[in-house]
Amino acid sequence: MARSRARSKPKKVKVVSRKSARAAKPLPKGKAAKSKRAAAKPAKAPKVDAGLRRWESQTLGPALAKLPTRRPAFTTDSGIPIPALATAAHRTSTEADLGFPGEYPFTRGVQPTMYRSRLWTMRQFAGFGTPADTNKRFKYLISQGVTGLSTAFDMPALMGYDADHSMSRGEVGKEGVAISTLKDFEILFEGIALDQVTTSMTINASAIVALCMYIAVAEKQGVPMAKLGGTIQNDMLKEYIAQKEWIVPPRPAVRIVVDMIEYCTKHMPKWHPVSISGYHIREAGATAVQELAFTLADGIGYVEECVKRGLKVDDFAPRLSFFWDVHNDFFEEVAKFRAARRIWAKTMKERFGAKDPRSMTLRTHAQTAGVSLTAQQPYNNVVRTSLQALAAVLGGTQSLHTNSLDETYALPTEDAVTIALRTQQLIAHESGVDRVVDPLAGSYFVEYLTDETEKRANDYIRRIDELGGIIRAVEEQYPQKEIGESAYRFQREVEQGDRLIVGVNAFKADKQTPMELLHIDERVQNEQIDRLKQVKAQRDQTKVDAALAKVEAACRGTDNLMPPVLEAVKAYATLGEVSDVFRKVWGAYREGGVF
Amino acid sequence: MGGRLVRTLRISSWECDVGERKLRILVAKPGLDGHDRGAKIIARALRDAGMEVIYTGLHQTPEMIVSAAIQEDVDAIGMSIMSGAHLTLFPAVIELLRAQKAADIKVFGGGIIPDGDIPVLKQKGVSAIFTPGASTQDIVSWINQNIPNRV
Repeated sequence: MARSRARSKPKKVKVVSRKSARAAKPLPKGKAAKSKRAAAKPAKAPKVDAGLRRWESQTLGPALAKLPTRRPAFTTDSGIPIPALATAAHRTSTEADLGFPGEYPFTRGVQPTMYRSRLWTMRQFAGFGTPADTNKRFKYLISQGVTGLSTAFDMPALMGYDADHSMSRGEVGKEGVAISTLKDFEILFEGIALDQVTTSMTINASAIVALCMYIAVAEKQGVPMAKLGGTIQNDMLKEYIAQKEWIVPPRPAVRIVVDMIEYCTKHMPKWHPVSISGYHIREAGATAVQELAFTLADGIGYVEECVKRGLKVDDFAPRLSFFWDVHNDFFEEVAKFRAARRIWAKTMKERFGAKDPRSMTLRTHAQTAGVSLTAQQPYNNVVRTSLQALAAVLGGTQSLHTNSLDETYALPTEDAVTIALRTQQLIAHESGVDRVVDPLAGSYFVEYLTDETEKRANDYIRRIDELGGIIRAVEEQYPQKEIGESAYRFQREVEQGDRLIVGVNAFKADKQTPMELLHIDERVQNEQIDRLKQVKAQRDQTKVDAALAKVEAACRGTDNLMPPVLEAVKAYATLGEVSDVFRKVWGAYREGGVF
Repeated sequence: MGGRLVRTLRISSWECDVGERKLRILVAKPGLDGHDRGAKIIARALRDAGMEVIYTGLHQTPEMIVSAAIQEDVDAIGMSIMSGAHLTLFPAVIELLRAQKAADIKVFGGGIIPDGDIPVLKQKGVSAIFTPGASTQDIVSWINQNIPNRV
């Protein structure tokens, strides 16, 4: 922590002195002296400097004398200094770094035509209550124009417990749909043709069980796994960093992820076996730069592990996908999407020797920032979400979820979800931003932020390499501590009034807005436990025991885990039973209570 | 209970060495949800306000929380629940405290808790609920006013 702060501070000062200090604004104490010195001897004179200098002295100076800026210095939410005026001189990247859309290094987008040919996928994350409840919501969303399904699972499913486990008390169906066996999956996707939709499943520690259940349901519909399109989140590294739903320790967990990537590469060419996720890292308190850096470091970690397994980069890398958070700082968010594509392209080409351009393209889903929503004046959340969604689109996302206004209270009601979806449809069909590729390219400020974001993220990635790679860094809690610091700093800024949040610490309203909320009652837990009992009574226990023994043997050896887990779920072994095998072989993971 | 014995020993050692005992707060994450951003911020803020803070870490059962509270001889337990399991887990902790004759340990909490559930939780014995937007200072002040140092 201390080391990283020491690294970033001089850098900050350097940038301020070279760029924005010339704007003759008062600087924060301590920085001012150094900056003046630096400004006195301009080392390199970029081409527009003369004009900028003249403007600063003739126009800006007198203006500031009359009316100073509202703050001594401005920065992005990640702390990148914002100059008084961005100019061409602020850009450090070359024309080749910018390139063209659909070409290396993909800064301007992964497709040559972007939304002119195909809009982003409007994918609303949904899951609550029983599988039948969620199936109904899926069908509603399809009727309202969503173009992809996205499944949220409840906490017991995410942690590898069945509905009847003592740890599942009070949690069944609460934060997502309750799933214990293949029977639940059959109900969840009843009446939805799995060769007609793409499905995303947000599940990680028990992802292998969920993917196998999905394959098994599709098979029952007559759809072979080779035809299945969609994504399973399956990003375990970010679980230890941020979301914290786990079963076993990091190394065996990553082994399962690599098994799944290997299996999907061979058998499921249209499936994305991992969605490398910054979303949860950001929601846990990371800045945009930290989100970018830790997520790309996770991606590098998976590629390294796959290469160690003997997979060829160009065989699996085209199926890797990403998932970003979109927070409030509009331009920084756009820059993050652009910098992400450039770093990934260069990393895949230069570090891993990828030859196929598809291995170098960072395709991403995005979700507006849940953590930015406020319980106070909840209708303001519609506005926040709109701005964030617009940033994701201007950043060039492939897929988007917009949050509902009531999500600081509960899972969203149907009405709230509809407004969230309409927000995307408005951006797509009314705002006009779909008609142009990468419209913010060439903006002095956005290019400057893209370059700075790239540099700062690369600094973190280097630091993680020095620590011995991301798995080691996670075991040492390096990203976790960095995120904790940022979260605490953010909270202090809010409480000290340095950062205003409308309706929370500014512009407060006396009256509460009444909200209709979605309630999940005990019926769900009881129904799930009853169904689980029925399934267990009807299945062939000998088959289940034999299949689970094969899962255990694969865990202890090096065989790919997908075939035995698929066999087990087809025999109606439960999610908890398969997870128990993992716990038996590798031990349950526990994190120390560091804060 | 073994926990009670530990408590007695600890209190006497403080009385000898320190004179004034700091408030001891257990910050706990019950249930399966992994959203610990709020819990960790609260833990840090309470520590910065001069309290002794013990953080349980994630995924604790009510039994684990009550056992830690007694072992660590705390004055109060602050629980953060974001998963919607609050109506099950808060009362479970309070009942266990009563069963262990440790009902003098006050329970407060926060998280994603709809307004309508707050009276239900208070009626079941939760002393205070802090919902999104509450500042860490609100929580520190509430503890200082409502949690007596039990020495």
